Amino acid sequence: MSIKTQGPVKIDLAASPARRGHEDPLLVRWGLTLAAFGIVGVFIIIPLVHVFTEAFVGGVERYYNALFNDRDTFAAIKLTLIVAPGAVIANTVFGIAAAWTIARFRFPGRTLLVTLIDLPFSVSPVAAGLMFVLIFGAKGYLSWLPDNDFDVINNWPGLILATAFVTFPFVARELIPVMEAIGSDEELAALSLGASARQMFARITLPNIKWGLLYGVILCNARAMGEFGAVYVVSGRYRGKTLTIPLRVETLFQENQIPESFALASLLTFLALITLVVKAGLERKVQAVTASTPPPEGKEKA
Amino acid sequence: MSITIKSVTKRFGKFTALDNVSLEVPSGSLVALLGSSGSGKTTLLRIIAGLEVPDVGSVLIQDEDITHASAQQRNVGFVFQHYALFRHMTVYENVAFGLRVRGRPDGQVCERVTELLKLIRLEGLDQRYPGQLSGGQRQRVALARALAAQPRLLLLDEPFGALDAKVRQELRTWLRRLHDEIHVTSLFVTHDQEEAFAVADKVVVMQGGKIEQMGAPHEVFDHPASPFVMDFLGNVNVFQGRVQSGRLLLGNIDLAAHDAHPQEEERPATFYVRPHELDIKRSANGTPSLKANVLHLNPAGPVTRVQLLAVDFGLTVHVELSHERRAELGLSPGDTVYVAPRKLRVFLPEPEYTI
Repeated sequence: MSIKTQGPVKIDLAASPARRGHEDPLLVRWGLTLAAFGIVGVFIIIPLVHVFTEAFVGGVERYYNALFNDRDTFAAIKLTLIVAPGAVIANTVFGIAAAWTIARFRFPGRTLLVTLIDLPFSVSPVAAGLMFVLIFGAKGYLSWLPDNDFDVINNWPGLILATAFVTFPFVARELIPVMEAIGSDEELAALSLGASARQMFARITLPNIKWGLLYGVILCNARAMGEFGAVYVVSGRYRGKTLTIPLRVETLFQENQIPESFALASLLTFLALITLVVKAGLERKVQAVTASTPPPEGKEKA
Repeated sequence: MSITIKSVTKRFGKFTALDNVSLEVPSGSLVALLGSSGSGKTTLLRIIAGLEVPDVGSVLIQDEDITHASAQQRNVGFVFQHYALFRHMTVYENVAFGLRVRGRPDGQVCERVTELLKLIRLEGLDQRYPGQLSGGQRQRVALARALAAQPRLLLLDEPFGALDAKVRQELRTWLRRLHDEIHVTSLFVTHDQEEAFAVADKVVVMQGGKIEQMGAPHEVFDHPASPFVMDFLGNVNVFQGRVQSGRLLLGNIDLAAHDAHPQEEERPATFYVRPHELDIKRSANGTPSLKANVLHLNPAGPVTRVQLLAVDFGLTVHVELSHERRAELGLSPGDTVYVAPRKLRVFLPEPEYTI
């Protein structure tokens, strides 16, 4: 009798090892979940909330004045609205070109190119900034530019260059897998149907990659607006002239204008939250595109 | 419009995809490029479409040299193996694409698309997206899209390769009928010999970047030009024998051959016999034949397939008999019988040196 009752239990365990996850002790499951939430709470949620509480410590009026009635802060917002889109546009053009090259062609050094695109992620932003100072500075090998009254360093072109360098990989990295998954058949079909290269790009390529592209652009923009290290080096920190929002936050903080500093920081944080929401929405669209693509079988066939 | 391929060579790195290929496709015909993968058939098709550029040689459409024309300028319809429908466009817009990029007015586009949707029997599905269609429907949309701008040629790359057997059969017949209606010069690539024979006016068999043989389906099937073609076109029994003084020697088979190897010197030769060209007899009765044991009988289908073991050679032989003939013989596994060829093809291996 005892064998009979044990039987089904044994079979159940042996037949479905996948079920073991459910059978972890309650304590372990709850413990881990609480730990995860606890860590996120302490390291992310509390500082996030703190940014906003600090920003409003001096009251709503002071918050408003800090953002909109301070000439230097306003200049910083304006500059960021030039620098970030500038870097994003540059990297969008570059990203599409690079993704196209890598996804569509096979050439020697292709793997190297893929690796090099990622380089800005691993180089310290400060080092990147110094690099531009060395290139365009008074003794740099492109110093004829500042000699001819076109300042790169301590001026907005340097800020765009440094920001573009740091945010270089975002668009390209996002597009390469999307373009590889979609393949070139539709583009070739468009050409064989009489489309010009421009028609092919506008009517076939762009609609196919649009969600991936937008995703990359959003991430690139978020990073570009928040960039600190590289622009810190190239800006020369001229108040009202070369300070972007993050640099202005730091300056205010150093000058002990804590609520003003946090007010401006809250603006950056708010933009980050918007980015997060948009990103989550786009992620699903991008996955839908790559998932609906049939596997590129028989691609290499002669 | 006719197509002329003149001495086209194409290499991908060290791999030679096409090796000095020349081909004429007469105007209005439907031609199959038949070969296994890597034979160069798809490369040839893509070169005609302008999707690849040949290293050497030229491509002409009706006396016009288009070797260096872009795909856009050629006005050639191309149907891709995996359809390559524009996934973000409706069936209607897919078919209309070729007209839209040419800037045709809406009215004209609508008229032509409606006409084509009728031709491919997909009226009513014009607002669907490719993802909502079956494989066969997608393939038909791809075909209509390629035909929309009245191309000079229609090229199809493994058009039915990704479809299941039944749909394949239907579409095959349909393509043949469609071609009889519209008469556009068409070239299609396939690795399925049955498909090539069923649909095409002319079959071009390719191997290793070269054309092995071309001709009408029955010509190619009945008179294969090489062992490769013989082997490629379906089941065949292969025997290793000898030739000497105009005679074919295989075991105790000794046949007079009119044109093969009149020299006295003996040479090895390969004999090819199709399963339906072999007969089974209960007794040798002096006819040249091979002694064999029946291994297996498969009476399913239009013929009975018999598998035998040729006793003296240790070779498996496949024979196809009509059901009547099988009943007459009363065959069962284990029987010892005699297999006699009604027709035998011999290919002498190329001599390794020439004098």
